[in-house]
Amino acid sequence: MTDVRAVPAPPALPPTVTTPTDTGPASLETAGGATATQTPWGLFWRQFRKSPVAVAGGALLIVLYGLALLAPFIAPYSQEEMDRERYNHPPHRLRWIDASGRFHPLSFVHSTTLVDLSRSRFVEDRSRAIPLRLFVRGAPYTLFGLRLDRHLFGVDAPHRVYLLGTDPSGRDVLSRLLFGSQISLTVGLVGIAISFTLGLLLGGLSGYLGGWADAVIMRSTELLLSIPGLYLLIALRGIFPADLPSQQVYLSIVVILAFIGWAGLARVIRGMVLSIRRQEYITAAEALGMSRTRIIVRHILPNTLSFVIVAATIAVPGYILGEVVLSFLGLGVQEPAASWGNMLSQARSQRVLTSFPWMLFAPGTAIFVTVLAFNFLGDGLRDALDPRKVLGGKTG
Amino acid sequence: MRTFILRRVLQAIPLLVGISALTFLLLQLAPGDFLNTMAENPGISVESIEAMRTRFGLDRPWYVQYGLYLKNLVFHLDFGQSFSRHQPVFAVLREGLLNTLLLAVSAAVVTWGLAVPLGVWAAVRQYSWVDKGLSLLAFLWLSIPEVLSGLLLLFFAAKTGLFPVGGMRSLGWDSLDPLGKALDLLHHLALPALVVGMIPLAGRMRQMRANLLDVLRLDYVTTARAKGLDERTVVFKHAVRNAINPLITLFGFTLGALVSGSFVAEIIFSWPGLGRITLDALLTQDQYLVMGSVLMASVVLVAGNLVADILLAVADPRIAYD
Repeated sequence: MTDVRAVPAPPALPPTVTTPTDTGPASLETAGGATATQTPWGLFWRQFRKSPVAVAGGALLIVLYGLALLAPFIAPYSQEEMDRERYNHPPHRLRWIDASGRFHPLSFVHSTTLVDLSRSRFVEDRSRAIPLRLFVRGAPYTLFGLRLDRHLFGVDAPHRVYLLGTDPSGRDVLSRLLFGSQISLTVGLVGIAISFTLGLLLGGLSGYLGGWADAVIMRSTELLLSIPGLYLLIALRGIFPADLPSQQVYLSIVVILAFIGWAGLARVIRGMVLSIRRQEYITAAEALGMSRTRIIVRHILPNTLSFVIVAATIAVPGYILGEVVLSFLGLGVQEPAASWGNMLSQARSQRVLTSFPWMLFAPGTAIFVTVLAFNFLGDGLRDALDPRKVLGGKTG
Repeated sequence: MRTFILRRVLQAIPLLVGISALTFLLLQLAPGDFLNTMAENPGISVESIEAMRTRFGLDRPWYVQYGLYLKNLVFHLDFGQSFSRHQPVFAVLREGLLNTLLLAVSAAVVTWGLAVPLGVWAAVRQYSWVDKGLSLLAFLWLSIPEVLSGLLLLFFAAKTGLFPVGGMRSLGWDSLDPLGKALDLLHHLALPALVVGMIPLAGRMRQMRANLLDVLRLDYVTTARAKGLDERTVVFKHAVRNAINPLITLFGFTLGALVSGSFVAEIIFSWPGLGRITLDALLTQDQYLVMGSVLMASVVLVAGNLVADILLAVADPRIAYD
């Protein structure tokens, strides 16, 4: 799972011997007969909507990325704020009916007192209800260029609410999870953008040019693919100084993951290009005197698009997990900045695992849900973009 | 056949040279002057620095250094000196590699031990709730990274006390009899092997299911059924044997993947393998050790792929190998 080089099998390509009107997969789809009037995107959307799992995955991802975008607003506290009275505080339990039988529609929590410092044990004070409020004034932050101090929810000072508990430094786990998602979720997208651009270009060049360019690029991919993923990751991390500021760490992680990730894709794209370039419309483009770059970028690579979209969706979790593993090993995002990986690494000690399990389950669930959502979406996209399915409903 | 194997082995050599060049390049790119780091370390004597300097040409241009590194590697199996452990790199790596291979092979046993029966089960009950349940589980399992499954099992071990929470041996290891030693090792091995073995499980299970379904559609299976053999004999004696073939050849590829997959499990369960050594080496800037272990792990991967190719050629007579 952590290997960013995993690439799914390429789809069946259009036959190399084709009719003069054939322009690749797009026309194969419309050759289906009944669906001839639909655009490829319309077709895709119709197929995609049919799969509830894929739609659910996509919706879940929109929610997750929305949360990451609005993290400063949704998080009740900042990611670095330490509560010196409540280390390892367990998650607050939400309640709706208080001691006097009154119903609180927004729910409330009980305040807690520390009873055992060494074991971080807290007991609830059942007599008082501390209601949750919406749009509470709190720590100021900047969002979309605006200075704001309202948070989505919270409780009145001096009380605090920790829906996912606090960590050993007394920081709110929920807030750290939300701020951490800004790093962990975007690493995947940025990494994919870089490595897929590289993979497409180099794979395209390799397949189209052949000769020594092909040989050099393919030998390089073989080299990269022959070093076990995590070992390569670690060795590459060694190039960068250990104590970088967090923004540069982010950048270095993205660069490392992209450097590792392009090889697998380039090999598949090369294979596809080798088959596409033998088609007549490419010969026609060559005869018209188009430049090689233009032919590759305008006529060959678009035909690999549906495969690339699916491969990218499936590959994103690998990049996210790459950051998680690096930060987990202490080589990635450093404290006090939060990322899902360094939150997990806090849960490594036996004491934290047994006594404060929310430290494991909060980031763990977030990672699991994200990866699952990408896998669902990727599966749905693969079905929706599979030209064979449109032709006769026959899928492998 | 012999020429095929010979050619594949020869093809692996430039690959390994390339890998060594790449790791050497990474070493050169790493920040910090190498000789200064060594000289500042009070644990390294002036003599051993001098010995390193002449043996690896540390004050010469990089291409001379690489040439010397390669020469020492090929002719003397000399990977250089580990500064943090005061041992030759090869000695450190040998033990780590054995531990990692032990973990990887046990993990492979877990993978195949579960994937084959579950795949067969899903195939013979195609479209039943067993089949659907197993494929749903496989899908969910694909979404649990090993960091998570490892920590979850560690959580389980710490909570229940049924398994040790790390390491490879108990404290009283030396006083145990051979059987006790083996059991103790197995006890420590169980959870990490489970974590690593579960990584390729879902894929292998689906593969076994698909293979068996293909074979069950073949004419000879219909013939066997028509002869009046009971379904059990048809499936297990006739079909499974052929369906399992591709999975055996995949063993080599998977072994390489498992070595890489062991990395995280080794860190979580403090297993003294190659992954742990590499991480420690990076953290202590023990650069020859980093290089050596990356090279060693790559050798295992390349060897695994080689074995897979050879097994494929041996198992499938349709593949022309000359």
